Parts: sequence; structure tokens; C-alpha cells
Amino acid sequence: MKTGFWKSIITATLLVVASLVNAAEPIKIGSFLTVTGPASFLGDPELKTLQMYVEDINAKGGVKGRKIELIHYDTGGKAQDAVSFVKRLIQSDKVDLIVGGTTTGDTMAVIPDVEKEGIPFISMAGAVEIIEPVKPWVFKTPHTDRMAAAKIFEDIRKRGFTKVALISGDGGFDKSGRAQVLKLAPEYGMTLVADESYGNKDTDMTTQLTKIRASGAEVIINFGLGQAPAIVTKNIKQLGIALPVYQSHGVASKTFIDLAGDAAEGVRLPAAALVVAEQLPDTDPQKPVLLAYKNKYEAKHGPVSTFGGHAYDGLMIAVAAIERAGGVDRAKVRDEIERTKGFIGTAGVFNMSPQDHMGLNAAAFKLVEVQKGAWKIIE
Amino acid sequence: MPEQLFQFLVTGITVGSTYALVGLGFALIYNASDVVNFAQGEFVMLGAMAAIALLGAGLPLPLAAILATLATVGVGLLLERFAIEPALGASVVTTIIITIGAAIFLRGIAMLLWGKDFHSLPPFTGDAPIQLGGATVLPQSLWVLGVTVALVVLVRLFFNRTLIGKALLACSFNRAAAQLVGINVRMMLRLAYGLSAGLGALAGILIAPITFSSYEAGVMLGLKGFSAAIVGGIGNPMGAVAGGLLLGVLESLGAGLVSSGYKDAIAFLFVLMVLFFEPTGLFGHKAAERV
Amino acid sequence: MRLAGFYLCVVVVVLLPMVFPNNYFVTVVGISAGLHAILAVGLNLLMGYAGQISLGHAAFFGMGAYSSAILTTRFAWPGVWAMLAGLMVTAVLAWVLARPILRLRGHYLAMATLGFGVIIHVIMVQATSWTGGPDGLTGIPPLNLLGWVVDSDTRWYIVIAATMLLAIWLSLNLIDSRIGRALRAVHGSEFAAQMLGINTSRAKTQVFIVSALFAAFAGSLFAHQQGFVSPDSFSLTISVELVTMVVLGGMASTFGAAGGAITLTLLHAGLVVFQDYEMLIHGVLLMAVMIFMPQGLFVGLSQAIRKIGHGLRSGNRP
Repeated sequence: MKTGFWKSIITATLLVVASLVNAAEPIKIGSFLTVTGPASFLGDPELKTLQMYVEDINAKGGVKGRKIELIHYDTGGKAQDAVSFVKRLIQSDKVDLIVGGTTTGDTMAVIPDVEKEGIPFISMAGAVEIIEPVKPWVFKTPHTDRMAAAKIFEDIRKRGFTKVALISGDGGFDKSGRAQVLKLAPEYGMTLVADESYGNKDTDMTTQLTKIRASGAEVIINFGLGQAPAIVTKNIKQLGIALPVYQSHGVASKTFIDLAGDAAEGVRLPAAALVVAEQLPDTDPQKPVLLAYKNKYEAKHGPVSTFGGHAYDGLMIAVAAIERAGGVDRAKVRDEIERTKGFIGTAGVFNMSPQDHMGLNAAAFKLVEVQKGAWKIIE
Repeated sequence: MPEQLFQFLVTGITVGSTYALVGLGFALIYNASDVVNFAQGEFVMLGAMAAIALLGAGLPLPLAAILATLATVGVGLLLERFAIEPALGASVVTTIIITIGAAIFLRGIAMLLWGKDFHSLPPFTGDAPIQLGGATVLPQSLWVLGVTVALVVLVRLFFNRTLIGKALLACSFNRAAAQLVGINVRMMLRLAYGLSAGLGALAGILIAPITFSSYEAGVMLGLKGFSAAIVGGIGNPMGAVAGGLLLGVLESLGAGLVSSGYKDAIAFLFVLMVLFFEPTGLFGHKAAERV
Repeated sequence: MRLAGFYLCVVVVVLLPMVFPNNYFVTVVGISAGLHAILAVGLNLLMGYAGQISLGHAAFFGMGAYSSAILTTRFAWPGVWAMLAGLMVTAVLAWVLARPILRLRGHYLAMATLGFGVIIHVIMVQATSWTGGPDGLTGIPPLNLLGWVVDSDTRWYIVIAATMLLAIWLSLNLIDSRIGRALRAVHGSEFAAQMLGINTSRAKTQVFIVSALFAAFAGSLFAHQQGFVSPDSFSLTISVELVTMVVLGGMASTFGAAGGAITLTLLHAGLVVFQDYEMLIHGVLLMAVMIFMPQGLFVGLSQAIRKIGHGLRSGNRP
């Protein structure tokens, strides 16, 4: 029937592909990213980064003389597709390790399969629950949402405010960030006077902000991704609310400033140093790495975002681990990833350990403010 | 509180008018063919994205808007000619699935052409908020509201006063009978698709400064426009507007007075209630079934 | 002879994993295709035979899934009991909804079911303490069927393939029953059916509940098979995709609905290799099938085969 027809075509293609690549015995890196769908602005630069650097590594002779083959699938942000593709990567494509997982939802969904199969997996998603509690085979490269919330609260405390209004979207990133804000607020002596929500595809948040205006808040925190935070920022200006506004690291790309326009002025957020690379002092060891990545990416694809940087970090940590392990033995590679020390990536300096499968500290986060349409470090 | 309530209402009306504007396009095609065009949201997206691209290429905004609208009309005509017309005898559901296929296809094209990022269009007349007795609106929202009102009047006049409009309606009531009295059904279908693509594009261009646009923007706008058109009573342009405004106000009041997280559920719960008591929408025809 | 097509299905389903053991496209994609087939066959009862459209079927699918997920992870219920509870809840809700919703027709019915789907989806996203919010619930234990633990892809293939065959068999029998005949009369003309003394609203209510139960059952299996549930598996997009499967395969044909579901699932798995062009190709194929085979892929194909057969037989004549 239909099934057999498809199967034979696909099997034939796979066989041809397999026979072609077997000769060179490449290292197979599997990836599943959200290249289309609502979170495509995250997954798209991630994929471009992976492709760019795999090409680069292969042009320089590969890893220990072996080329890298990148096998990638687009989940469209659907967790069930992520699970299916991870099975495909493991069973069908027989990859050596996985660098992928744009969203927390996709990442959390595949963890049971990754753990069962025992394959090294480096995720690019934010939530702290990915690495807490520690799972033997799972690592991640971006800062956690808890670190972002902490960074924001530190700055609010420094400015002497205590009454906070929170507004967040209905996606996984938003809800997880909201939970961290709710959890950390008391530790920093903050009172949450409003906790509003919006749909990530909504086009107007003035109703929620009108409530916030009447709540007696001194600052507004918005945890969100994509275009919605830009709309929130514009709506705040439209309503004439003159409170300080904090956004999350989820909007650390030029797109946010372009969309929000003038309204973005004065907005503060925690971000990886990538968006302010030029402003770092020359003594900062991260600076050359950041500038190299930024220039390479922008030469080919336009304005850089921190999201693509997570893919760079993930890929480079994986490659270094394979080099140290001297091959692609899964357990050895896993151990070597865990032994990553002093690796300078775009998100900061990584020092992993059996207790910490991310290895970044809060110092890697910079608090930035939008000034005259550009990010500015304010520490 | 009364001041807050006023802002909720104003927000509801401005959001609702964007739904209404999109809903109008649904009404047009439905009137000509009984089909709900699931690619209507994509027309809206295409108009906005094309205008943004043309503006980026250095054209002045009015010219970019006109060209983008014309281009979308072209897409509507092509869709009708190569996807709808060949399936003229097929059932309504089959035609609806064709429009779903078209929607996926157009989204795919837009993604290849313009990438996956969100883009915005500058507002027509600045973005200094206008004070309305305690509430604020953006000038662009007034544009949306004004154009919606103007278009409703025009569409109504078109269907009630012009021969072509009446011919179009006749096609929807009974295609065979329309053909018998000498109406060129194919021509009417082309007209309907061209017009509603144009309406959609115009809506997209008007809304883009407020909502931004991306290759996927049509999905949400299409859903809301579809809901607006049906709640109002499908096929009735006035109904689409009433439905859109109702939906917008319900969402805003739901968010403001009850819970912002559940506002969509609250709005749709009301929609269900409306349908339970008015099974053909607010302004729908009570049609008799033929045995 | 009536069930010839069914026996053919059984043979194919049994042979596939033997010919291609441990193959991703048989087990993993096959599981997904089988689940979709159960959903489509159930939806087809409503759409194809009773002529009632539903744009909210993913909600019933989700209710089954979330019932299993919540009861097994939060209250440590055994999977089978959780599944039964999910079916009960779904049946009651479908029964309550059936009367007011099925009074509506055509696009208004589509709208009402869509609204119902949106409401359920919002609850899944927002009621975080119960549903886990947008990231959903993880750690759903594997299904334990009287001591036989379904914990590998091959075992899941067996369970879901068997359920799919059962669903097809039930559907075929239901259509030939008294209710089935009443339903087809409703599809033709509800008014005329009433005149013939058929209790149309009871027939419609019954099929609505049965259709919802098919979906909820698939949902429970889905939750255990995936080990996690999240709201985006039950969104409006999925509801629309289910309708597409039914129409693509061929409405009012049980095999058509199942075939449509399997075709679309395989198509999705096959097209990913085209990456950025996937949507483009998907859209064109969907349009092309509906334009050239407005009756649906399987109805269209079987007609074509019959025509060719007829042509061959009559071709030799002078």
C-alpha cells in the first residue's frame, strides 16, 4: 500500500546517502530546532549558526581528521514532533550526539528518550528545570530564567523599588520565567502587586497595562518572547505609564528595538554579552570570541542575536569534548562534556561539573539598557 | 474604576475593529460561493508583508500600499483561477480544504521571500497617543476604525445597489439558477476572490503598524476574522463588523474584569452562548432547508 | 466480502514490522499514523456519515490525554483506570454539549466546535497547577496491560495498530447498523429523516459521543506513548489537520479517513527533508489532491482503479 511505497523510497534514499558518507566516516551531529512556527526567530539563527560552523570546521579538516555531518529536523515548536525526530536521529540516522532543542517544551519532551538511549544532548533552551535536577546525559548552554530574574531583581533593589508588576505571555518560556519571578520576589524583598498574562499572538495589551497602572506598581517586568514584548513596550508608552520597564533575555535581539521603536528607550534587560560585544573592555577574555562570531554571522545573515550564540556554544563544547575523548564513544563524550572547564563561549565562560550541567555564573549576564536605539551596558 | 472600564472598552473596540476588517473579506467570498476561505488571513499577511518589503525598497508609503494591495489582488485571482475554478463542481468542504492548502502554500512562499522575523510598518500619521476622556488610543487605531466603517458602507452599497453585487449574491443563493438567468458564475467568483484579497491586503496594511507582521501573522488574524464573520451572521458585512467588535470588547472586558489569562476562553464562551440563542449569528438569515 | 478491505488492512499492518523490523518509519511514524487514523475514523463518523463538521476534535483528544496524564502522575492511578475515567469525563461532556451544539448547522457548527476547542486549549495552558501549563506534564508511566508493560516502540506499534484495526472494524459495523442508517438519512436531509420518524437529534447525539470517545481513547494512548503531554498537541491546528485528513482521504469512507490520516502523517515525516520548502510542497500537494480528486484520495483512487480494470476488460473488443 501507500506505506510500503513511501518506505521503499525513503529506505532507498537513506541507503544511498549512507553508502556515500560511510567512506569518509563522518561524525554525525543530530539537531532538532524550531526553525518554523512561533519560536522561529530563536531556531532560525541557531540553525544558521550550526550550518555555518560545521562547514567551517569541515573546511579546516574536520575533527581529528573526520568531517562533521549535521542532520537537522524542524519541529515547528511542536513537542510531539521533537520526540519523533529525536527517535529518528537516534534510531534511523544513528547520530553520535545531539545539539538542539530550541524551546524548553521541546527539550523537556525528549529528555526521557535521550536518557533511555544514553546519548549526549546539549540543549539551547532556557528553563532551569532542564538541568535541575541534573540528568546524566543532558546539558544546556543558555543562562537560566532564574538567573535572569535574579539579575533584574538585583537592579530593581539597587534603584530602591519594592512594588513590582509582572506581565507575561502564555508560552513555555513566559510561564517558566513567571514562576521564577514569583519565587524570587520575596527573597529580594519585593511585593508583586500585579500578575497579568497575555496570549503570545495578541496584538494589544493596554487592558492588562491599565490594570497595572492602577495597581500602585513602581516597576514593570515583562517575561516574553517574540513580538509581544515589543507590543507591551509600545502600549506602556501609549498609556503614558512612566514606570521603569524590565524585559527578559528573551528579547535580546535587534528585532525588539526595531519593532518597539522609540518606546524601547530606557528599557532594561539582562543579556548575554554578545549584543554589546564592542562595548566590553579589551581586557575581557570573551571579547575576541564574541567579535569573531558576530562578524562571521553578520557577514552572512544580518544582525546577530544571542540565540544563535547558544548554538555556537553548544557545538563548540561538543566538538572540544569529542576531541578530548578521542572519538565518539557516547559515555566518554558525555564525561568530557561534563569536564568542560574555562571554555569561552558567547554566553560566558563555561565551567561544568557533575553538579552543574550548564556551567555559567551570573557574571556572564550583562544588564543592558536601550539608549538611542542601541544596547548599552549599565554596570 | 469607571476610568479603567472606559479604557477597556476603547481597547476592545480598537482591537475589535481589526477583527472586523479581516472578517469583511470572509463575508465577500462566502456571498459568492458559500465557501469560507481559510486563506483569507494569508491575504491580510501578504498585503502587510508586501507593503513592508516595498517600503524597505525605498518606495513612498502610499505607493507601497497601493502596489501591495494590487499584488495581493493578483494572488487572489491566481488562486481562484488555478485552485478554485478547476474544482468548481466539488463540495463546499473540499473547496475549504483547497483554501487550507492555499493558506499553507502562501505562508511557505512568504517565509521564503521575507524570512521568519517580525516586521513593522510605520504608522500613517504618527504615534502620539490621542486622549479620549481618560482613555488613550493610537491614531492608527482611528484609521482602522474609520476605514472599517467606510468599507462596510461601500460593501453594503455594492451588494444592495449595484447589478454586479446582486449578481454575486445570486450566485451564492443558487448557482444553477444564477447561471440560467445569464450571470457569468466564473466571472463572479473571480471578482469575489479579487475583491476580498484586496480587502484583506488593505486590512493587513492598516493593522501592521499596530500588530506587526510575519509570515505566520495570517493564522491568528484569520481565526479572529472568521469568528467575527460567523458570530455576526456569515455573509452579512454588517454582521462581520458587529461580530468583530463584540469579540474585541469581550476579550478586553474579560481580561480587565475577570482574568487576562482566560480572556480568550471567556470571549469564546460568550460566542457559544450567542450561537445557542441565535443559531444563525447576530444578523444571519434564517434559511429554510430544501427537502 | 463486506470486510475484505478490513482483512487486507490487517495483513498489511501485521506484515509491515516483520518486513522492516525496528524501522523508524514503521514504528515511530507508524504509531503516529495509527493514532491519527483512530482520530480520523472517529471524526469521519461525525463528518462523513452524520454530516456534522467539528473544528474542535483536538479538545476531546486532549481530554483523554490529560485525564490519563493527571491521574497517573498526580494521583498514581493505574493507566487503565485513568483511561476509563478519561472516557467517562469525555462522554459526559460530549453528552452535555451535544444538544445545544448540534442544533447548529454548517459554518455555525464549525464555529461553535472551534470555540469549544479554544476554551479547552486555554484551560490546558492556564490551569498550570493541574495541567503543567504550556510545557505540560512529563513522567507519565508506560501503560501496564495486565502485567504486559508497553514500553518500547515495537510494543506500542502492536497496541496502536490493534486499536486502529478495532476502530476501523467498529466504524464499519456501526455504519451498517440501525444507527448508521439513521445517520446517513440525517446526512441526506435531516428534515426528511425526521418525517420518516427517525429521532434525528438522538442519532446525532449518539454519534457525537461515539466520535468524542474515539478521540479520548486515542488521547489516553498518546499520553502514555509519548510519556508527556503539552497543549500544543491539542490546538486548533490539530483540529483543522484532522478535518483535512478525513476530507483528503475521502469523506464517508472509513478506509478513506484512515488512509487520509496515514498519508498526511507520512507526508509530514517525508517532507521534512525539504526543510524551508516543506510548507510550499505540503500546500501544493493538498490543493492538487483536492482539485484532481475532489472525492478524496482513496475514493478517487479506487474509482480510477475500477475504471482501468473496466478499460482493460473491454479494451480487447474491436
